[in-house]
Amino acid sequence: MKKVLSIVLTGALAASFVMSASAAEVIKIGGIGPTTGPAGIYGSSVQNAMEIAVEEVNALDGDIQFELMFEDDTHDAETSVNAYNTLKDKGMQILGGTVTTVPCLAVGAEAVADNMLCLTPSASSQDVIDLGDNMFQVCFTDPNQGLASADYISQQGLGTKIGVIYNSADPYSTGILNTFLAEAEVVGLEVLEPQAFTDDNSTDLTTQVQACKDAGADLIFLPIYYTPASQILKAADDMDYDVKFFGVDGMDGILSVEGFDTSLAEGVMLLTPFVATSTDEATVAFVEKYKEKTGGQIPNQFAADGYDVVMTLYKACTEAGVTADMAPSDVCEALKAVLTSGDFSVDGLTGEGMTWDASGAVSKAPRGMVIENGEYQPMD
Amino acid sequence: MANNKKMKKTTRSNLLMFGFVIVFWAVIQVVSLTGHMTSKLNGLLIPVCAYIIMAISLNLVVGFLGELSLGHAAFMSAGAFAGIFFYTTVGATLPKAAALVISFILGGAAAGLFGILVGVPVLRLSGDYLAIVTLASGEILKNVLSALYIGKDSTGIHFSLKDQFSLGLKPDGKMLIKGAMGIPGIQKFSNFTVGVILILITLAFIVNLKNSRAGRAITAIRDDEIAARATGLNLTHYKLLAFVSAAVFAGIAGVLYALNYSTLVADKFDYNLSINVLVMVVLGGMGNIFGGMIAAILLTILPEMLRGFSQYRMFIYSIVLIVMMLFNQAPALVAWRQRLVSKVKGEDRKAEEKVETADASYFEEMKSKSNEKTGNEESVKEEK
Repeated sequence: MKKVLSIVLTGALAASFVMSASAAEVIKIGGIGPTTGPAGIYGSSVQNAMEIAVEEVNALDGDIQFELMFEDDTHDAETSVNAYNTLKDKGMQILGGTVTTVPCLAVGAEAVADNMLCLTPSASSQDVIDLGDNMFQVCFTDPNQGLASADYISQQGLGTKIGVIYNSADPYSTGILNTFLAEAEVVGLEVLEPQAFTDDNSTDLTTQVQACKDAGADLIFLPIYYTPASQILKAADDMDYDVKFFGVDGMDGILSVEGFDTSLAEGVMLLTPFVATSTDEATVAFVEKYKEKTGGQIPNQFAADGYDVVMTLYKACTEAGVTADMAPSDVCEALKAVLTSGDFSVDGLTGEGMTWDASGAVSKAPRGMVIENGEYQPMD
Repeated sequence: MANNKKMKKTTRSNLLMFGFVIVFWAVIQVVSLTGHMTSKLNGLLIPVCAYIIMAISLNLVVGFLGELSLGHAAFMSAGAFAGIFFYTTVGATLPKAAALVISFILGGAAAGLFGILVGVPVLRLSGDYLAIVTLASGEILKNVLSALYIGKDSTGIHFSLKDQFSLGLKPDGKMLIKGAMGIPGIQKFSNFTVGVILILITLAFIVNLKNSRAGRAITAIRDDEIAARATGLNLTHYKLLAFVSAAVFAGIAGVLYALNYSTLVADKFDYNLSINVLVMVVLGGMGNIFGGMIAAILLTILPEMLRGFSQYRMFIYSIVLIVMMLFNQAPALVAWRQRLVSKVKGEDRKAEEKVETADASYFEEMKSKSNEKTGNEESVKEEK
């Protein structure tokens, strides 16, 4: 009896999947990212910011009207592909995702097969844009961050002996480190043996800091996210080790770590494309709206990237004359042509005059920031 | 129906299982041929097949051998990495069909080997101890694979457990396994028919094993280890047989699963996945292969069905899971369902017996459910 019932139920389940997509007058943008789970903060930030941007675009009452459909992928490749397929069934024409790198690699392969334009806010691995010519990034590619960091440290003469602490289990961290080491050799920086940790042993990083101290490093490069970075700052303080720290965009957020004495972050330098406290008109307006929407949260860099994704798509759709009735593949071809045309540029929250080349990597100038009195200040 | 009743019980339930898989395949073919296939359903087909194989194979350990294994995802991982590593390297130079067949065999073999490696020392333990050790071995494999770097250049193949730089690759080199990033750029192969064929092979093997001399020895160990030892059974041999067979099929499922995505990372195969598969087995009823298959389908599809609830998705999923588990296994509800079934059939006298059975302790209920040889078998079969 139960067997029969099970079969009927399973059939019903399957049937509910069989639906047809409806036509619409708006261009449907899909977004995918972790809005739940340990990486939930990244996806939620992007989702909130994309919603704000879509509202702004629609309020212009122009020819281009967007509809945002955002799906959760819990930072898992399998779920992410499911989310992508769900969005496709809902009639997605452009993908503004995915937020994290590993899911983006799985979804990107699907998007390449479908020739769906994919502009990711924050999946920063080089592998993402290597997948195909429909893949574009708003964030810096990891290797570019390593390159820019080494150049910046060398040009500004920030350190002579450079220690490195990195997360060997994180593609973001190793990606940056790879090119940092290569570029350091080119510009003649003295880099000490890199010290590694993994997510599983990131609660106590004293050993790594001690190793840098023993080797006599006067600047420590941290191509990692802010949570382990806060551990490192604390460990250095505990052992009275007076050293300068240099971080990348993952360091953004260090001032909001719970239970962390932010005075330890004084003097920390970081390369980041977005600063929530900056005073230009666009940033101020965005931070205001974001706070209003989320009940007082300060947008992080992921949010700014998400906002720029929608604004870039808006500008590109306008120039390419994309309409709501176009098939995803046609939209992709039109947008690809515009994005890589050479004279297309966007002034976004994460950089002025952002341009793209055929590789899909963005080109924009990184901004050096230093933390003073609990706030970011431009370094130069 | 009358004909069915005359058939042997085991034959009937086996036919039902194989029939179900074939009907499942046929329905999907019809849906796809008539153009009603959605991307979402299409994308779920291969994971569903892989999880069905996982659930069937874990049932061998949990349902028939009666040992709790919390590391089943590790075998999936071992199989996936071995199979996909071959598929993306040597396999790329072979004809596709040959590459696939060898990948599946290699995946199964690698998982089986890992099964022996874990099983030989571990199967001396049982119960909670075994559960913990399998959990740990799964985490070990995950961490080792996450730290594994293999690259190839003109001077040969380089290997490291530290980082990418220590490989010292030449500029012409290519990374084959990139640590935490796993194996990228897999040439996708997702074919539902192949998935269904693999399910049928798994089913055929497990069902035959169950009904063989070895299978009876395995269930005897579950029911009473001391009695089984007293009859002269080689306990380690049969335990290992069940454990390693399960591992081999998990490995094959791993290859099938990994081929469906363009990237393979070890992080996916953590204890969460092991527990997910265990939930499928428990929900379907330990020792009940068919139930496990249905549960595997349900639990894979359900989170996707609940996308409409946005961020409450996993919350609702958990509640549905609790309700289903209670409905399926709580003694009072089992009794109520059986009463209902017999009322429909008008077999009141028989129903009273069944109610008595159901009121017996929970573990007795579980045991009788999975044991073909007990007198309660008929009542249990009926309510399925």
